[in-house]
Amino acid sequence: MLAAVSSHAAGAARQALGGSLTLAAAGLQRRGLAASAATVEGDTLTVEVNPYKVHRIEAPPTTVTATKDELLSYFKQLYRLRRMEISADMLYKAKAIRGFCHLYDGQEAVIVGLEAALEKSDSIITSYRNHATHVARGGTVAEVIGELMGRTTGASKGKGGSMHMYRREANFFGGQGIVGAQVPLGAGLALAHQYSDTGGVAVAMYGDGAANQGQIFESFNMAALWDLPCIFVCENNHYGMGTAEWRAAKSPAFYTRGDYMPGMKVDGMDVLAVRQAFAYAKQYAVANGPIVLEMDTYRYHGHSMSDPGSTYRTRDEISSIRQQRDPVEHVRKLLLDNGLVEASVIKGIEKDTKKEIDAAIEASKAAPFPDMKELWTNIYAAPLGMQLRGIDSTHVETLAA
Amino acid sequence: MAAASCTLRSTPLPAAVGSPAARSLLAAPTRPVRANQRCLVAKAQKRELMMWEALREGLDEEMERDPTVCLMGEDVGHYGGSYKVSHGLYKKYGDMRLLDTPICENGFMGMGVGAAMTGLRPIVEGMNMGFLLLAFNQISNNCGMLHYTSGGQFKVPMVIRGPGGVGRQLGAEHSQRLESYFQSIPGVQLVACSTAANSKALLKSAIRSDNPIIFFEHVLLYNVKGEVHGPDYCQCLERAELVREGTDVTIFCYSRMRYVVMQAVAELEKQGYNPEVVDLISLKPFDMETISKSIKKTRKAIIVEECMKTGGIGASLSAVIHESLFNELDHEVLRLSSQDVPTSYAYELEAATIVQPEKVVAAVHKVCGVRVAA
Repeated sequence: MLAAVSSHAAGAARQALGGSLTLAAAGLQRRGLAASAATVEGDTLTVEVNPYKVHRIEAPPTTVTATKDELLSYFKQLYRLRRMEISADMLYKAKAIRGFCHLYDGQEAVIVGLEAALEKSDSIITSYRNHATHVARGGTVAEVIGELMGRTTGASKGKGGSMHMYRREANFFGGQGIVGAQVPLGAGLALAHQYSDTGGVAVAMYGDGAANQGQIFESFNMAALWDLPCIFVCENNHYGMGTAEWRAAKSPAFYTRGDYMPGMKVDGMDVLAVRQAFAYAKQYAVANGPIVLEMDTYRYHGHSMSDPGSTYRTRDEISSIRQQRDPVEHVRKLLLDNGLVEASVIKGIEKDTKKEIDAAIEASKAAPFPDMKELWTNIYAAPLGMQLRGIDSTHVETLAA
Repeated sequence: MAAASCTLRSTPLPAAVGSPAARSLLAAPTRPVRANQRCLVAKAQKRELMMWEALREGLDEEMERDPTVCLMGEDVGHYGGSYKVSHGLYKKYGDMRLLDTPICENGFMGMGVGAAMTGLRPIVEGMNMGFLLLAFNQISNNCGMLHYTSGGQFKVPMVIRGPGGVGRQLGAEHSQRLESYFQSIPGVQLVACSTAANSKALLKSAIRSDNPIIFFEHVLLYNVKGEVHGPDYCQCLERAELVREGTDVTIFCYSRMRYVVMQAVAELEKQGYNPEVVDLISLKPFDMETISKSIKKTRKAIIVEECMKTGGIGASLSAVIHESLFNELDHEVLRLSSQDVPTSYAYELEAATIVQPEKVVAAVHKVCGVRVAA
């Protein structure tokens, strides 16, 4: 029966994905004519975002305003993140980056919208797809590229790699290597906010693949039981490596999976829809307790650089998302089509950003690799002069006192 | 020799290892092929495959032979396995027997145990052995101990397999050596394959075994090429492999360290040494017959492992050798292990964390004395 059901569903999905623009079968929302429905007054744009789907909560208004300066800053960040991930792709193919490398291109609006709504005093933790998170939390592109290239100038001194970037001063509690393991940590961050009555929230991000981990439901239960100020965010890019969401989840309505917790499904390709959702969610979480946000988003690359990303989805699907819902293009169009800026301003930003990325790559290439003594540092916060034996047991390394 | 004798271990080892009864049950280690047997060997379906292909072939043969054998894990079905071990098999056996699970290791490991208790023979794949930390309770308490706690009523004939070990800059969480942590679990057997031939032959045995087998592959060995045996050849799970016969010193190793050791041996041969190399294969239980026979001959032992210095397979083996073969040793056991540190992403730090061939050469010098090349 399992075989029959899945092959039938596979056929249906393949037909739907085949040349059709609706993508309804795969649960991907189609963007309305949002860009052309915008109105401008002075420097302020008013636009309708795609409607939210809600569970046990009322939706926030879909009319969103943004100033020219805000939109320009979103564009710059979105473009920066996009170019950074593309350059990581090239560096990986040139073998300057090794191991695992999970790229975020396509999903940029989620983190940019989040940061637009929240403060650096709010905490955030996410998965291995964390390069953009590091930059959005105030890190530099050079720190990301440096870490990817294993240099001391990297976010974790070259010792962590792609999946392990952190920024303590900005309350960015990292990437994470194991799927879903960051979510209980996120609930812990929320616990700390409540414990110390900070008035802030914790954001625990995970993907549609991770959504089926038991530890996520354990986190939901505790957060809801104790009314923790936690925003659980499912970045639903519809594929858990090679497995589509409908093949892994009985209910791919991830915003409802918190059951007793309210939830909202958001157009994750639209930075303004995302910003609105996070502002609303933070207000809710601080006052009442945890909430789940599902971001309907998409990754252009495969799961990682080891996955071509084309054996389980069609190239038509990828290119149609790029044409219709690209988050960077969306903001560019809002700015240009509504006469907020001249094309030359956009070109200027693009040029400056490319220079920034190129400079970061050059600086990283010239940066040193970690010294051998780094093998023994940061194992314990209080090393206490402990002695660790080396490879042949005769060498003894005494850690700092 | 090869195709005719099925070297399948069919019953658990009798209590006295090394007894005549045990010897007759256990298969002999691979012997060099004699000239008059070459035509037999030529007929015995030997071809060269990469390890992932060899594992796949073994899996395919066992699934065809026994309809209760099934594979479950992440992306094992339609995607074909992240290391291609189950590539294309779902088209032949269907989605139920090549079951694509959601990402929930604790859940699907438990499901595998439950299915095994009813008589199915599931193979549960961890996409990386490190992910099975999430399933530790199921592996320890249910997979390992159910046969005991149920007074023998239930068997758990499952295979838990996947790649572990230090790869190429995969970062700390993806470079773990789970054999360290699993070795204390009662009721399980631990097996580590190392060549295309033994990976296929051992996997077949593991699938047919009524004991739960934790089957360690290595992230960097999937493309290792070698000759493989035909569909009737199963390799004994409790037997170590004699990789190189020698006289000076016994070097124990397993998995990828076999290749590190053999690289060192190439250099040592030039220097006039004659080391004996034993690939443990069976990490639990140890093949004490092969181990003691070798130590009695060479009187010196070096252990080369990828586990960390603290609490690895080598630590256990070193204790066993000192405790049971003390008087056969002319030198204390020298153990080369990884540093007790998280594996760094940075290339040089990662390389310094694990045993390199030069360390093996230095260890032989220490134990055997330095020789001047002839």
